[in-house]
Amino acid sequence: MSVMTAPAATGARVQAVPWRKLAWVGWRQHRLALGGVAALLAGLCLWMLVSGLQMRSALSSFGLNACTPLTATSCSTQETVFINDYYSGAQVVAGVLTVIPVLIGVLAGVPVVARELETGTFRLSWTQGAGRTRWLLARLVLLAVAVTAGAWVVSAVFSWYDHPMVQLGQDSPLAPQVFGLTGVAFAAWTLAAFAISVCAGALIRRVIPAIVAAIAAWSGLLMLTVFWLRAHYQAPLTGMGLINSTTGTGAGTPWVLTQWWIQPGGTPASQSEIAGLSSQLRQAGGLPTAQAVQQWFAEQGYVKYFTYQPATRFWTFQLTEAGWLLALSLLLAAATVWLIRHRAT
Amino acid sequence: MNIIETQGLGKRYRGTWALRDCTLAVPEGSVVALVGHNGAGKSTLLNLLTGLIGPTEGAASVLGGEPAGSSAALDGVAYVAQEAPLYQGLTVGETLRVIGCLNRRWDQQRAEVRLAELGIPLNRRVRKMSGGQQAQVALTLALARRPRLLVLDEPLAMLDPLARFDFMDTVMTAASRDGLSVVLSSHVLADLERVCDHLILLSQGRLQVAGKVTDLLAGHQVLSGPVSEATGLASQLPVVHVTAGADQARTLVSSGTAEPPDGWRRETLSLEEMVLGYLREPGLSVRSQEQEVTA
Repeated sequence: MSVMTAPAATGARVQAVPWRKLAWVGWRQHRLALGGVAALLAGLCLWMLVSGLQMRSALSSFGLNACTPLTATSCSTQETVFINDYYSGAQVVAGVLTVIPVLIGVLAGVPVVARELETGTFRLSWTQGAGRTRWLLARLVLLAVAVTAGAWVVSAVFSWYDHPMVQLGQDSPLAPQVFGLTGVAFAAWTLAAFAISVCAGALIRRVIPAIVAAIAAWSGLLMLTVFWLRAHYQAPLTGMGLINSTTGTGAGTPWVLTQWWIQPGGTPASQSEIAGLSSQLRQAGGLPTAQAVQQWFAEQGYVKYFTYQPATRFWTFQLTEAGWLLALSLLLAAATVWLIRHRAT
Repeated sequence: MNIIETQGLGKRYRGTWALRDCTLAVPEGSVVALVGHNGAGKSTLLNLLTGLIGPTEGAASVLGGEPAGSSAALDGVAYVAQEAPLYQGLTVGETLRVIGCLNRRWDQQRAEVRLAELGIPLNRRVRKMSGGQQAQVALTLALARRPRLLVLDEPLAMLDPLARFDFMDTVMTAASRDGLSVVLSSHVLADLERVCDHLILLSQGRLQVAGKVTDLLAGHQVLSGPVSEATGLASQLPVVHVTAGADQARTLVSSGTAEPPDGWRRETLSLEEMVLGYLREPGLSVRSQEQEVTA
């Protein structure tokens, strides 16, 4: 045994392995997942293109694209028929799209760390010259950019597809069923799903349990946002009377949060009171359109109040949501890097 | 220069020390056998040296003072972990390309030549290969990095006797040709006795013996004598282990120079007998002995 010498780092800087090579390795090892994601997204885009074109040809055959404004009485019957025919289809598309971010995120994100830990290959990959931090960062950036860009394309196609519904005032651009699928929100939710998945994989270290945990965490976050957080990005406004007439049709249908009636006496009307009045109206043979109801209630001295987010706030809301989701994703990525460097062995 | 140095190195998992109080220095060019029972802390020590895990206490450095796990250390240390993990879905050729891209230095030609010698085609899927072939591929990957220190954890466990010979032959050729330092672990000394010039013996997470094989052999002797006097011998000489027969006892003594007392005679000491003696006395810490050997 030789004489012990005090450890003294030579300090010689080792030239790092280029990012380009590390990114190639990331692509090579995750190309199957990326191919699956691409095929899924391409299928969705094709579906939306075909049904979008069908919807548009129906729109012109109904003569609805000649209607100005779209709410003109001459158009309303045609509009009702069109909506009856196509709105449920649009809802199915929106419903399917809602779960796509977490599907993509889990598919691309969970295996990044969890599969290495589960199969033991981390002992191969993390002891190579590049080091585990650069190894991880290269593939995180590559995969994050790929899934975010793919999701953005899908949401752009959806925005085009759903445009007639927004135009007809059927969907508010802020409504929960479409807001998260348009603008930059869909891409941001996909990025967040990816980051949650990678982090869950690093924490749980097994693929299947990490998938379950990531889906649960992402869905919980989405619920919390849709049912509570999103309505608070800006203080809601209060309006009275007919919803569309208050906020103007040009800007699009507002997102109504709550609504209530005020009695002639000035106090809020109870549910049963409103139900009673509505049945009286039906017995009187009144038309069940919103406008007629409004008018009839007004004649009885009732006024409708509602809180809402105007459609003009669309981009403010989009950027707010994308902003905090991006911040969350970066935080989770940093947490994953920390875990990999310090704990995961 | 010391290829490996540790100072008070320890690692604790959930309250249990897998390795504790390990202080070592191994000069460059050594071929080190790391021996101990299963669970003695061999893999923990190797994982610490390769930077795969961080120490709970103490420090480890490699390549002459580079902290284990630093970029300079990762660059010069190649590790074939236990069970030689590989990406099962890739072909051998793809594996070469992937690992090549994760390293600054990469000798593709050397890897291809070696695989050709072994008769392993590049288009073979990793999962279709036997454990022995996978171990050979893992060794090929490690050598293609042209490391200064090669660390092999239980490399022979997956190999049949002939493959063991070929495997060790490759390691030793690389060691002598490139001046490579090698650490091999095994719970069977016989695998390594032929090739190693250094020995590290771990027991229950503690360092039992460490040093040059020639020094260790010179520092020990085996004395045989009457069983009835074995206890008396222990009061005169530092006895490690007594193997008692019907009337004769073989006694391993950790002093190479002490004259045998009357009634006792020197026997030839093999490395294997010395190691077995220590393995049978897992509680015996011989750090004082190690220092005597070092001096």
